[in-house]
Amino acid sequence: MFEVRIHGRGGQGVVTAAEMLALAAFDEGRYAQAFPSFGSERMGAPVVAFCRIDEHEIRTREPVMEPDALIVQDPTLLHQVDVFGGCRPEGYILINTAKSFDELGLGGFVKGFRRERLLTVPASELAREHTGRAVANAALLGGFAALTGAISLDAVARAVRERFATAEAVAEGNVAAAGAAHQWVAAELQELTRATPA
Amino acid sequence: MPRQLEGSRAVAEAVALCRPEVICAYPISPQTHIVENLSQLVKSGELAPCEFVNVESELAAMSVAIGASATGARAYTATASQGLLYMTEALYNASGLGLPIVMTVANRAIGAPINIWNDHSDSMSQRDSGWIQLYAETNQEALDLHIQAFRLAEELSTPVMVCMDGFILTHAVERVEMPTQERVDAFLPAFQPRQALDPDEPISIGAMVGPEAFMEVKYLAHAKHMQALELIPQIAADFEGAFARDSGGLIRPYRTDDADTIVVALGSVLGTIKDTVDELREEGVRIGVLGIGSFRPFPLEAVRRELERAQRVLVLEKALAVGVGGIVSMDVRMALTGIHLHGYTAIAGLGGRPITKASLRGLFLDAAADRLEPLTFLDMDWDVVNRELERMRASRASGAHAENILRDVGAVAAGPV
Repeated sequence: MFEVRIHGRGGQGVVTAAEMLALAAFDEGRYAQAFPSFGSERMGAPVVAFCRIDEHEIRTREPVMEPDALIVQDPTLLHQVDVFGGCRPEGYILINTAKSFDELGLGGFVKGFRRERLLTVPASELAREHTGRAVANAALLGGFAALTGAISLDAVARAVRERFATAEAVAEGNVAAAGAAHQWVAAELQELTRATPA
Repeated sequence: MPRQLEGSRAVAEAVALCRPEVICAYPISPQTHIVENLSQLVKSGELAPCEFVNVESELAAMSVAIGASATGARAYTATASQGLLYMTEALYNASGLGLPIVMTVANRAIGAPINIWNDHSDSMSQRDSGWIQLYAETNQEALDLHIQAFRLAEELSTPVMVCMDGFILTHAVERVEMPTQERVDAFLPAFQPRQALDPDEPISIGAMVGPEAFMEVKYLAHAKHMQALELIPQIAADFEGAFARDSGGLIRPYRTDDADTIVVALGSVLGTIKDTVDELREEGVRIGVLGIGSFRPFPLEAVRRELERAQRVLVLEKALAVGVGGIVSMDVRMALTGIHLHGYTAIAGLGGRPITKASLRGLFLDAAADRLEPLTFLDMDWDVVNRELERMRASRASGAHAENILRDVGAVAAGPV
């Protein structure tokens, strides 16, 4: 089982991100369960959504307590909410920002984590470039695909198109943003591999 | 072909496959995406003929459903929480009149304090309303139960509530199989009402009944529930024959055959419980689970047969009968009349508190070792409770509980991150 937790704010499409991730995993023939953190959600308030992916039926209904991967859609939450609760050193973390972990003041916190599993991507900028809006959820899923390999970029694209089936321009813009974020993260990974030879 | 759908969407599509002719709803929170989706299906013409009636309250929603059903129309509505309470008076009329309305209850807590999250307080409060109550474990089962519910309701002429956990199921996106229209049509025959209002041949229903016959009329609702004990397993078997899926039924035992300890529960928490039980089984703990599919009627004999071989039973409840403890526990105890085994009640998940595997594991191990009090509250913060009790002892004007406790909890939560 692969468990993902997504942190963001009301209005950023956090719940939709978890739903699209589940759709992408389903599209690849796997079982997936996506659900929100059940708050009385409102614009700007911290929101959490979860997604589980497995080869078998998923029975548990508890919130994701110890995520295998964490996506932070809004970096202003880093100092407001305990977004890293339950994260383990072998876990993946993807943060939507143009800054690095050090620049975010997280250098100390992530010591002991596997460096190549901690990445940042300017997903809002990429989304704005490709969709005209800074809604970063689809872009982050593209980056997530590159970072974790848990799903393919193709499956993300199909999930985005299914989710926005009635709005083709929105769907295609988000597919492009996901592709750009995927490329960005893949390039970051390559650079890291070069910097730290095995 | 499987699809990946939100629970509310899946249930809306399943209800539409049942061809309801009247759907009424009060479109305000607490309400679900179910009726929102159905209203779109009616507007687009995909669900036809069907009249969608927006009403001014839940009391009106149930009253319109009663009127529609009394004319022989297949009627459906959905609600939750305070909305269900607001329909209470009409709920008793629906069952007393023998009208086969199907209603989804997307289970949520009852205030005060105000809370929108999941537990079973709403439907449990209507335990004695005369409605059949079926509880879904997954979205697949919720979808399947609605199709079974229309057939059950109409065969017996009695209303059926399908209870599914609010948010946990209604807002979860997961894999479901949606049956085809042809198969649902074959499984669910057209509604043949026992009574129908017809302007061309006017009659009245809903007569006043005095002491000379009230008990007899009232008993018939109970007689129908006793018939439902036979019919629910038959419909589940027919359903499996038609759709190749094991859904519904009175009870759902899991690894109970050689279990010393059996956990009894309803609804979506059964999934988390089964995962926990599997882990404990690997460690050699002889523990099993008994899911209650039909809470009303309560399957006393079936429950007794499953539990009588165990040494202890733990009933996990998502509702609290203030002043005594468990609600389901009372029925389980009744099922076990004359059998001596250890009985425990755990109240869990009230107002949406997550029920985690870690907490369940501790609870089950305590139960298996007979270390539990007869009534326990899973993950209760006793410090917070005791501080408020202390304030009440210290001062007559101790203030409002909710505000005091929120202040306490806020002080804890505001620590360094």
